[in-house]
Amino acid sequence: MNACTINSMKCDVCENEATVFLTQIINGQMTTVNLCETCSKAKGVTEETGFGLAEAFLSPSHRTESDTMEIVCDACGFTASQLKKIGRMGCPECYTAFRDGLDGLLRNMHKGTRHVGKRPSHTNAVAPQILPRQRVTTVKEASPPAPVAPPAVPPPDVAKLRAELDLAVSEERYEDAAKLKSEIESLQPKASK
Amino acid sequence: MMRFATLIKNPADWMKGAGPHSDVVMTSRVRLARNLRGYPFPGFSQERQRIELLERARPVVEELPEMRDGYSEDYTELSKIRKQVLVERHLVSREHAARSSGCAVVVDRKQSISIMINEEDHFRIQGIRPGLNLTSAFEVVDRVDTELEGLLPYAFDPKLGYLTACPTNLGTGMRASVMLHLPALVLTEQINPVIKAIGKIGLAVRGLYGEGTEALGNLFQISNQHTLGEAEPEIIAQIEKVIEGVVRSEVTARAKLKEDHQTMLRDQIGRAFAILRYAHILTSKEALNLLSMLRLGADLDLVGNCDRSLIDMLLLEIQPAHLQLNAARELSPEERDSMRADLTRTRLQSIDGPGSFPPSQSNNGGTTSTTHDE
Repeated sequence: MNACTINSMKCDVCENEATVFLTQIINGQMTTVNLCETCSKAKGVTEETGFGLAEAFLSPSHRTESDTMEIVCDACGFTASQLKKIGRMGCPECYTAFRDGLDGLLRNMHKGTRHVGKRPSHTNAVAPQILPRQRVTTVKEASPPAPVAPPAVPPPDVAKLRAELDLAVSEERYEDAAKLKSEIESLQPKASK
Repeated sequence: MMRFATLIKNPADWMKGAGPHSDVVMTSRVRLARNLRGYPFPGFSQERQRIELLERARPVVEELPEMRDGYSEDYTELSKIRKQVLVERHLVSREHAARSSGCAVVVDRKQSISIMINEEDHFRIQGIRPGLNLTSAFEVVDRVDTELEGLLPYAFDPKLGYLTACPTNLGTGMRASVMLHLPALVLTEQINPVIKAIGKIGLAVRGLYGEGTEALGNLFQISNQHTLGEAEPEIIAQIEKVIEGVVRSEVTARAKLKEDHQTMLRDQIGRAFAILRYAHILTSKEALNLLSMLRLGADLDLVGNCDRSLIDMLLLEIQPAHLQLNAARELSPEERDSMRADLTRTRLQSIDGPGSFPPSQSNNGGTTSTTHDE
């Protein structure tokens, strides 16, 4: 219940506020890599050689709250600027939509960025007499207590892609990063118009 | 299902029983924040969506083995005063009480578990135990949580843990907190360094009613701030260790007060008793602070025939909503102050008071009764 402030756009390299947004179109899909001023200069990505496509700096007017580039959660319509304003997410899916920069935020807030505690097992057998009303029976595991993997959000392959993306960014392979990003987005469509 | 009147008439399990270090630790509470997939969080949902979730989840919650035959109420059916009574009993949060349509609370018969539906998160599962016993409070909510997770689709991410409306609750979604009574540390002016030290190790210190509230009645709440990156037992073990240290400091400070400043101590306790026993107007703040001194006196055997649980009950009953519930109507602040004094005078009739203890009796007893654990 602490006050939490969230910056919508963080540098993909160092977690500072991103001011440089590199945009690339792959397979007709637009992807962006966000960098802060320092990192963009350090990596030389402002030059055409650093990143395949030219679209480099966006003018300040493009970074206002009404920016059409703003990330929106597909599931609930929550926007990055709402998140920044109230410091809370709109729905569970928002954690996927606003994943960029989340690690940096969580590092300041918590002991770590990775959950190590309890996990839902869905293995606990449910005594028949406490069967809930009909409308929830569809989500209940009626099967014997065999370990059933909980539906992962995001699916494991996306998690793997994300790890690869992190690696690509840290190794400054921006073209790979952009490709990975678009791949992730194609698996988990999010509106980033 | 249990009626509201029945719920309130019966003191909760944690009010009656004593737990470890009950002289210093009033209660241990653990709450878990949980959400369902496919629904926006309550703060960003439409009334229709909240009601839909409530209608789906409430019957499931009511049928959990622990919650069966408990108390369950839709907030549209609850008056402002009744909701406030639940807040004063620590069964619901202030934030939850401020909501209405699409919200409900389910409390077990023993009042040791409460489940808020559509608070900041879809579920806030809370367990409360007397004394320092976070482990036991956690076991209770853990069990309920495990049952619930088999019946409803939780929003869980392998990396981020339980997904919560506010990122500060991510991971375990667990807040473990203890309510401490620290009059001696306050009287000996050692409280500020203690609070500072606790803050430095990542725990939060708050007043009686949580965030941003004053430490009335020398009551302090200490809780964890981090929920991600550590497992539940680790978090609990860390808090319990810190609290045991605070308890030791408080007990030492009490012994020292009794030994070195007995006259001052007896004077404070005597004045507290006299005002509580004979006053006709008592504000909430004054009553809480005086009852704190009386509780200290009882714990140090300086007040004759005074049971700690009587004072703890009074600490609840003198609060605004409890008074108004008792009067069965809304009361102005002036009326409340007068009724609070009436109640206190009546309740303290059975106590002998500090005067009945001849000073000579405790001259040699400075160290024998510092923990009061019988």
